[in-house]
Amino acid sequence: MSPSLMLKRYRVWLLLFLIAAALPWLAFNWSTGRHSGFVLTMLSEIGLITIFALSFNMQMGQAGLLSFGHAVLFGMGGYCTAHALNAIKAGSFWLPTELVPLIGGLGGLGFAVVFGYVATQQRATAFAMITMGIGELVAAAALMFMTFFGGEGGVTTNRMTDTSLLGASYSAPWQVYYLILVWALVCVILMRLQTQTPLGRMANATRDNFERAQFVGYDPRMVRFYQFIVSGFFAGIAGGLYAMLYEIVTFDTVSAVKSSTALLATYIGGVGGFYGPILGSIVVILLQSGVSLLSNAWMLYVGVLFIVMVMYAPMGLSGMIAAHGPIARAGRLRDLLLPYIRVLVPGAMVVLGFVMIAELVSFTTIGASQNKKFQVGSLLIDTASPVPWAIGAFALLLGGWWLRHESRGFQRVWDSTMEDIKRQAAADGGAT
Amino acid sequence: MSTLALQLRDVRKSFGPTEIIRGVSLDIPRGQRHAIIGPNGAGKTTLFNLISGRFPMTSGDIVLNGESIKGVAPHLINRKGLSRSFQITSIFPRMTVFENIRCGLLWAHDYKYSTWKLLGRQTALNDASEALLERLGLQSRRDLLAGLLSYAEQRALEVGVTIAGGAEVILLDEPTAGMSRGETENAVNLIRSVTEGKTLLMVEHDMSVVFGLADVISVVVYGEVIASDSPANIRTNAAVQEAYLGSEAT
Repeated sequence: MSPSLMLKRYRVWLLLFLIAAALPWLAFNWSTGRHSGFVLTMLSEIGLITIFALSFNMQMGQAGLLSFGHAVLFGMGGYCTAHALNAIKAGSFWLPTELVPLIGGLGGLGFAVVFGYVATQQRATAFAMITMGIGELVAAAALMFMTFFGGEGGVTTNRMTDTSLLGASYSAPWQVYYLILVWALVCVILMRLQTQTPLGRMANATRDNFERAQFVGYDPRMVRFYQFIVSGFFAGIAGGLYAMLYEIVTFDTVSAVKSSTALLATYIGGVGGFYGPILGSIVVILLQSGVSLLSNAWMLYVGVLFIVMVMYAPMGLSGMIAAHGPIARAGRLRDLLLPYIRVLVPGAMVVLGFVMIAELVSFTTIGASQNKKFQVGSLLIDTASPVPWAIGAFALLLGGWWLRHESRGFQRVWDSTMEDIKRQAAADGGAT
Repeated sequence: MSTLALQLRDVRKSFGPTEIIRGVSLDIPRGQRHAIIGPNGAGKTTLFNLISGRFPMTSGDIVLNGESIKGVAPHLINRKGLSRSFQITSIFPRMTVFENIRCGLLWAHDYKYSTWKLLGRQTALNDASEALLERLGLQSRRDLLAGLLSYAEQRALEVGVTIAGGAEVILLDEPTAGMSRGETENAVNLIRSVTEGKTLLMVEHDMSVVFGLADVISVVVYGEVIASDSPANIRTNAAVQEAYLGSEAT
């Protein structure tokens, strides 16, 4: 492929990469000449969770293997990286800082060989159960084996090893962010290409029909095993970047909560296509970092979003976007504008009503014990008064009823538009 | 090396206390087209599952190209040169027709579990896939998801995936079941052409297909081979007529 053709084909991705590179500067404080630490950490987290979620989807989406212990591979990569950084700092061996995440990758790969050997003996539910067991096992081991895991305190490290190839000290968070961004880009490209290799395709094949895969000469178990190992490599890189970002790795990184982050990001983003988990990572981290600042109930919102997505949009956000493809190609998106407004208004009412009730509950329980006041802008809301409760309940109920009504109308417009496009396509096909 | 492609020696299979296959012995020479017929529940498909390693047999032995394949895993049997289709269409429904064929060719082209070669760049593999696609008459469906093909096309694709790896012994389980007359005719022609020079073992209910394709027919009734002979002799075999074709057949 010629460079100009490649540029044209991947221009969207190039643009997204440039936007990601420019984002920290939007939060740059020009008067003090300082970056926003919060924004940089959040963006860095999005970068590494993107790699983590995509590596999860190598198992989930590509091979049909639902893992409840994916964080084990992530965390092990993190621990290995932390120890490696300490060894480099101590002068035991030399490795450029930019390549240190590779240690994480190799750590993840190594442990994937061990755990994958056990877990990939089975598929489907049995596989999920084994990975869950391994996750619990490693989380428990993390508190027992002090030398490697550092107990509850974890392993602290220092990313400033003075071994940078670029002469960067990595003392500033923005330098780490760019390191993560470049690694994320490289990993996304590599994982995308992996889907086009014999192993990647056979992972799809065994997912869809493992018996047929056997009768084209492939051992489904080995396909699962190798795919698990490759996935472990990328999860380990994500863990390595985590260790470099926070300079501490604790047993949280191997916990079920971390595993569920990958699962949530992947499902919310969409398991069907390759890019869904990227979108999901952005949404989940924004909720985790942004909303958690504003609300004690942020976990509730993530949970509700997850349930709503699984129930009403099982293909995730990327699936929802992809569903608009045919309509966009037919130039009919404008037809959906009004129907969208008509569902978004009651939709917003439901969301606001739900948030109101959730926050009222949260402020009367957790908030009260923290002596927090429920404040929206300058308006102080009295949680003891029945008025805000009534407003919340009213918005939720009325909005819900209204949304039900409008969503039927939306469905009708959607169906008839799709029908139109199909008929048009059939007519065009017949004419040519 | 033996001239027999496949040999079954007193093969028995029990599910619990029930013996389904009750001592089947068959000699299938290289290059023969061999059909297995018999009433429903006679154990034809079970026999296929035993030969292809899908189920373990209770006793007896199966010899493929002079080598016992007793207890060998299905994918290893496949690599030894035996491939099969299924009674219920078994393809990769979420892949394109082209990719289905290519998956069938991967192992034979020695790609194994490679995860550093991009399939788009494997010229020899892709050319071979295109060539097979053409033999199957599915070029016009190349980029369609296999799950969206018509039933007859899916069956044709399955035959293609089955033979893609270059196996010398082909097992087809009811390849024309559920097809119209015309579709059956196409399928028979396809099977005849793609199994040229190979050993074919097929289960089939459609007698026109069986008598049109097979060199030898074995009749299985209640887990036993009651006759194994040329189509002409089977037609006139009294035991077969009584047990299977019905006593009123002429």
